[in-house]
Amino acid sequence: KSVKKGFDFTLMVAGESGLGKSTLVNSLFLTDLYKDRKLLNAEERIMQTVEITKHTVDIEEKGVKLKLTIVDTPGFGDAVNNTECWKSVADYIDQQFEQYFRDESGLNRKNIQDNRVHCCLYFISPFGHGLRPLDVEFMKALHEKVNIVPVLAKADTLTPSEVKKKKMKIREEIEQYGIKIYQFPDCDSDEDEDFKQQDSELKESIPFAVIGSNTVVEAKGKRVRGRLYPWGIVEVENSAHCDFVKLRNMLVRTHMQDLKDVTRETHYENYRAQCIQSMTRMVVKERNRNKLTRESGTDFPIPAMPRMADNETEKLIREKDEELRRMQEMLQRIQDQMHTQKEAY
Amino acid sequence: MSDVVPPEVRPKPAVPANSHNVAHNGGHGLGGSHSSSGGSTLLGYIGIDTIIEQMRKKTMKTGFDFNIMVVGNSGLGKSTLVNTLFKSQVSRRSAGWARDEKIPKTVEVKAVSHVLEEGGVKMKLTVIDTPGFGDQINNDNCWEPISKYINEQYEKFLKEEVNITRKKRIPDTRVHCCLYFISPTGHSLRQLDVEFMKRLSHSVNIIPVIAKADTMTIEERQEFKQRVRKELEMGGIEFYPQKEFDEDMEDKNDNDKIREAMPFAVVGSDKEYQVNGKRVLGRKTQWGIVEVENPNHCEFAQLRDFLIRSHLQDLKEVTHNIHYESYRAKRLNENGGLHPISCNDTQESNL
Repeated sequence: KSVKKGFDFTLMVAGESGLGKSTLVNSLFLTDLYKDRKLLNAEERIMQTVEITKHTVDIEEKGVKLKLTIVDTPGFGDAVNNTECWKSVADYIDQQFEQYFRDESGLNRKNIQDNRVHCCLYFISPFGHGLRPLDVEFMKALHEKVNIVPVLAKADTLTPSEVKKKKMKIREEIEQYGIKIYQFPDCDSDEDEDFKQQDSELKESIPFAVIGSNTVVEAKGKRVRGRLYPWGIVEVENSAHCDFVKLRNMLVRTHMQDLKDVTRETHYENYRAQCIQSMTRMVVKERNRNKLTRESGTDFPIPAMPRMADNETEKLIREKDEELRRMQEMLQRIQDQMHTQKEAY
Repeated sequence: MSDVVPPEVRPKPAVPANSHNVAHNGGHGLGGSHSSSGGSTLLGYIGIDTIIEQMRKKTMKTGFDFNIMVVGNSGLGKSTLVNTLFKSQVSRRSAGWARDEKIPKTVEVKAVSHVLEEGGVKMKLTVIDTPGFGDQINNDNCWEPISKYINEQYEKFLKEEVNITRKKRIPDTRVHCCLYFISPTGHSLRQLDVEFMKRLSHSVNIIPVIAKADTMTIEERQEFKQRVRKELEMGGIEFYPQKEFDEDMEDKNDNDKIREAMPFAVVGSDKEYQVNGKRVLGRKTQWGIVEVENPNHCEFAQLRDFLIRSHLQDLKEVTHNIHYESYRAKRLNENGGLHPISCNDTQESNL
């Protein structure tokens, strides 16, 4: 039945413009999502802030339907002053969580739309010497909200030894700055050797050195996706040339479900916990405030008590109390849910 | 006196030393008592044209200075390119700096000098690096330290010139050329590129280059170049060679061809590989070897010829006659002029 319904997956791509994000997305899913895109020039881009754009495409293969949503972040890192340019990205992710939170606590839960971002591909420039300050800040701002998979963009600009050096440097810096990227789950001990080896190779390849292409070229008699240079042809799907195949396999074939699970179990739960915490804090604050105004010893503020204050404040206090009561009801519902969920597991 | 050739005589390369009955074209003749459409036919060989040989001898004795600044985000291959251009380890990196040093928090300006010798001619080459440019999250005003450095060199020169007893040869630390490295995004210029070039194209010769050009196919490169040129035009950015300083039709034609081809898409390398029996500078990838000096692969050779083999002297002249002069005029107009180094009021107070 779930196969009939199809799966959905939301992938976010982030990084400076010109790193090949759109090309890679098209290559990964063999789509042409950005066909009519108009590239802005430098002057036009001055007034731009970081936008969030969404493209949805339905892919079907061998009877399995996938509703893929790509979230793009044009304008990220393009300005002269990029302070906090990741804020709109973080806000977007939070908004999706909030919407899901509301839906989950609502009455009609059968058809919840899951727009939560399941994975964020962060594009690291191959031209730097490892991570740049902007890369570090972005990843630290988002590593607890979304699964971050770092990729080394435009890897055809690098020789094999440069790729190795950069990957090592980036991995070192990720550890040094305490950035929590998406961790591949360890394989079970009863998996076969092949699988285990593939799995360790995967872990060693982070960040994936990727190349994308919108064009098909002829290489050694075959037609392949690639890039034609005067000095040779780069084949996107050739593992000796880049990690594209590894990334695609991981994203689509082996780890899609895990990415969704981690989003649900870790990132979303973090958000919920924070949300509930702040709501509880608000309730406590209100309680204390009411205590001061009424000097009553009751735990739950009951609106129907006569007050010394005038009518205006009385009305306000009553409204606040209503709101508080609603929040408490919601809290109660959530707690009940948690109980039922725990029992369901 | 500076070591720059006086503007009236521009030594054009490879002029035959012993030709009689030559009618000199253009207004480049010495003196000028003859009509403007060219000199009169000489009745015998005088030997005026040996001035070029004389100047050559002098230059060989004194040598000359050339100061080149490189600006761009870190990792764009600036040091490698400069090393490749001058076929020696002249960049800051080679002077004992580790490749993996941290990005500085503010833009620094660091100069390293080397003396290069070729064919008996000595050149004191100074490479001025600008680490930290464009690397921070907030790059507001990151061009200021660079602008300040350039003006400081003009100021230094001005102070020496204005001295009563001047040095025979004022050391020239002025920046003759600024190579600006554009990141090969394939889209267009970045805001920072436009801001920098807008602000500095009037105080220094800017030569934009597209770095790490092996990231783009030939088609992508052409499209990118076109877009970049359009943006430079729209931003009113006059890069070197500036149209307004073309002296005559010949200049204009030569320079137009160069302007059409700019910004040059370059690749740098300090490693050699064997290709078709020859040893070439290049980058070896899994799918082939990018040859730095192969014009079919990238435009490094064009940049080198332009920068060193045809326009080196002109870069210095434009710096001295135009950029420096406008700085000087500005300085002398403000605050009623410079104060002289020694106390001789009557002469200098009219400045």
